Amino acid sequence: MALVAELGISILLIIGGVFALVGAVGLARLPDFYTRLHGPTKATTVGVGSIALASFLYFYGTNTSYDLLELLIMIFLFLTAPISANFLAKAAMHLKVKTTDNTRGQPWDQ
Amino acid sequence: MIAIALNITIALIALAVVLNVYRLVRGPDAPDRVLALDTLYINAIALILLLDIQLGTRLYLEAALLIAVMGFIGTVTLAKYLKRGSVIE
Repeated sequence: MALVAELGISILLIIGGVFALVGAVGLARLPDFYTRLHGPTKATTVGVGSIALASFLYFYGTNTSYDLLELLIMIFLFLTAPISANFLAKAAMHLKVKTTDNTRGQPWDQ
Repeated sequence: MIAIALNITIALIALAVVLNVYRLVRGPDAPDRVLALDTLYINAIALILLLDIQLGTRLYLEAALLIAVMGFIGTVTLAKYLKRGSVIE
């Protein structure tokens, strides 16, 4: 494989790992559920999408396979992440999960 | 170069999995645990993709796709159970 392709795939892999870690740190450290929802649903989705793209480019570059399974996984994750986040936020609002003290108003009042 | 990046990425994802398990055990509310499980299945997909690159095979990609579909269904089902008290009304 060409050097440029290897460099691109390596950068995509590292970006994916860093984004997944940032999402997990957000999940572990942010103060309440409504803020914690941000980390995994945005950062982790982008991270896994980046890793899937790197995998697709790797197998395309090594002439192993030409099918689009990774892109399918990527598109599916991008479609489903906001939906599951919306469902979880609605469930948390229904259960009246506690917010941090800095929150103005309550989410379930609106 | 790819081999080094691959090892670094696997280490980062493994650390992310540890942090997710921390949130899964710690709670404190049910939606937090469901969110941790949601993140865990997404990280499992990432680990399977990395394993495929490591081994140079495409054997496990169908498993990744199945985890993506079933994980989404599981998250939606758990969220609906928390909101309505039953899954199918």
